[in-house]
Amino acid sequence: MSNVATDQILGGAYKEGFHDDLKSVHKVPKGPTHAVIDYMCDVKGEPDWMRQFRHRSLDLFLKQDLPAWMPGLRDIDYDAITYYMSPIDKSANKWEDVPEEIRRTYDKLGIAKEEQKLLGGLGAQIDSEMAYHNIQESLSKRGVIFLSCDEGMKQYPDIFKEHFAKSIPPEDNKFAALNSAFWSGGSFVYVPKGVKCDVPLSVYFRINAEQFGQFERTLIICEDDSFCHYVEGCSAPVYTTHSVHAAVVEIFVKDRARCRYTTIQNWSTDVYNLVTKRAFLYKNAVMEWVDGNLGSKRTVKYPSCYMVGEGAHGEILSLASADKGMWQDAGAKLVFFAPNCTGRINSKSISGHGGRASYRGLVQVNEEAKNCRVQVNCDALILDPVSRSDTYPVMEIDGDLATIEHEASVSNVSEEQLFYLMSRGIKKEDAVSMIVNGFIEPIVKELPMEFAVEINRLINLQMEGSVG
Amino acid sequence: MADTFEIQDLRVNIEEKQILKGVNLVVRKGEVHALMGPNGSGKSTLANAILGHPKYTVTGGKVLMKGENILEMETDERARKGLFLAFQYPCEVPGVRQSNFLRLACNARTGHEMEVTEFYQKLEEKMKVLDIDEKFMKRYLNEGFSGGEKKRNEILQMMMLEPEFAVMDETDSGLDIDALKVVSRGVNELRGPNLGILIITHYERILRYINPDFVHILVDGKIVKSGGPEVAAHLEEHGYDWIVKEPEPGAVSAKR
Repeated sequence: MSNVATDQILGGAYKEGFHDDLKSVHKVPKGPTHAVIDYMCDVKGEPDWMRQFRHRSLDLFLKQDLPAWMPGLRDIDYDAITYYMSPIDKSANKWEDVPEEIRRTYDKLGIAKEEQKLLGGLGAQIDSEMAYHNIQESLSKRGVIFLSCDEGMKQYPDIFKEHFAKSIPPEDNKFAALNSAFWSGGSFVYVPKGVKCDVPLSVYFRINAEQFGQFERTLIICEDDSFCHYVEGCSAPVYTTHSVHAAVVEIFVKDRARCRYTTIQNWSTDVYNLVTKRAFLYKNAVMEWVDGNLGSKRTVKYPSCYMVGEGAHGEILSLASADKGMWQDAGAKLVFFAPNCTGRINSKSISGHGGRASYRGLVQVNEEAKNCRVQVNCDALILDPVSRSDTYPVMEIDGDLATIEHEASVSNVSEEQLFYLMSRGIKKEDAVSMIVNGFIEPIVKELPMEFAVEINRLINLQMEGSVG
Repeated sequence: MADTFEIQDLRVNIEEKQILKGVNLVVRKGEVHALMGPNGSGKSTLANAILGHPKYTVTGGKVLMKGENILEMETDERARKGLFLAFQYPCEVPGVRQSNFLRLACNARTGHEMEVTEFYQKLEEKMKVLDIDEKFMKRYLNEGFSGGEKKRNEILQMMMLEPEFAVMDETDSGLDIDALKVVSRGVNELRGPNLGILIITHYERILRYINPDFVHILVDGKIVKSGGPEVAAHLEEHGYDWIVKEPEPGAVSAKR
């Protein structure tokens, strides 16, 4: 298949690649400066401690170097990026109150109002600010809080301050520092003791602006014996310049609580997606990250579970599909600080059309974490000779009686499987798509139905013509 | 012509090595042929080459199905035209559900979307014949199946797809006697004026349950003997040695 034909297919595949001309209410000069922080703090009316925190974080960002193992990010021109920009002045909690042109954007993306009927809550962020945040009354009556992170800080300063930046301090890494300096939007979720949110809370992140940095910040607190499922999706227009998305997600899963966090990342190939996601798991808590990476120019993201309470269970299901122009550096981290904990990582990656998928994983069992069990599976499917897959697993085991299983495989779409399916009358392209979809099935079956359908559609489009 | 499957002077290589050295065989609808031969004689090569496995290179000859040379077609097209291969080693396709696969295959074969209820009705019926548990449909295609389950699955697919000509590649290998009986029951049910079958086997055993009309013996890439069921009986008694040692006049290629 020629490149032109491939481009046509991929151009058609990314249906979120449009942009709308939205008038900015807020826009600051380009570049990561202290002046931008002061402007943001003034506009948002933030407390002093946050202003200081932001300034300190910016200093850390400017000082910190990129880790040596993190290649391919040197060409980001931080001075060309706008760090705060918003087409809206305030967040609405009624869909009708969202400005019409922004509603149109979301309509095109299929985030229609009807969708929230299936959801416990719906949020929608455009560029720096949340345009919309709403929660079902039945949930809010039971004390569930679902707000933009900014509103969370304002309305619940104590809970906010107790948890904010406690699992991911700005010192953690360069992009956590960047987010800490310029964070805006994202969600604040609080689930009280014993409350089970049986319907997901869902948020959609959209970058509309060009050469922009989106730094949403999400803080989720699940109190003892509670449950919640948070689902996020994202997309951006196709430009010829680059944008940066550097989110920070912090989750605290208290005793016996369970949290599931599902991401379907479908940024355009202009976006550097540099995200730090971490959950603290207390006694017998369960955390599940379901992380699907289908887009972006470069993704650097390793959802992590820090087992700080005895008997916790952390699970990460990671799906990465690297198409032309993409490098998915995805993976997972399981870090054990307490005894009798268990963890599982299941990673599946597909690379095609010259894309590159890497699995980078860390399993760290500290000395005090006795009798922990870990299972790691990572499978890679490479669709053509120009694509690439790498695996970088790191294991540091100091705790006694740890059981660690690690299995990895790299495969191609096998000639035998293709022949078998085709011998039943199934066309080659359908056979390839069956094999690829079968490969990711163990992860896709964990996704909400509408996401599963969307993933299958995207993967089929991406993989068209990639097996010669 | 319309009711025949005709292999004409078929020559097939694997890489540079010639395996089939001019095979001739005609199967008419309604007939069951058995192709027997010692290990390495080229039986499986014949089965795979007929369906167009990419590893096998046809260097000469034709395969005519209803008068059309199918060697020009892609594997999937051959299948849609009504050719079926029951694999000796059916491969596993993880994550692909049996039921989804079968539906897609049936739709491909018939060229139209089958009604869901009609599909499941037919499926249940066929599964009953083959003693297949209904849980089976929720499993992934051949994944973790025992040897016997895989073979039964092949026959189930054959029953669902209703081919006009079927090649069964050592379907009996690795089956115990009970499984063999079940599989044979399926094949006998399919047998009839609309289907021509070529059973490839090393042993005579399966032919006790599926009685062939014709038996051919393949040795070193050529059919050296053809006849009725008595050929298989003779083979059972004397093994392959009598053929390999004393080929009939004219049965051996003049080139040797």
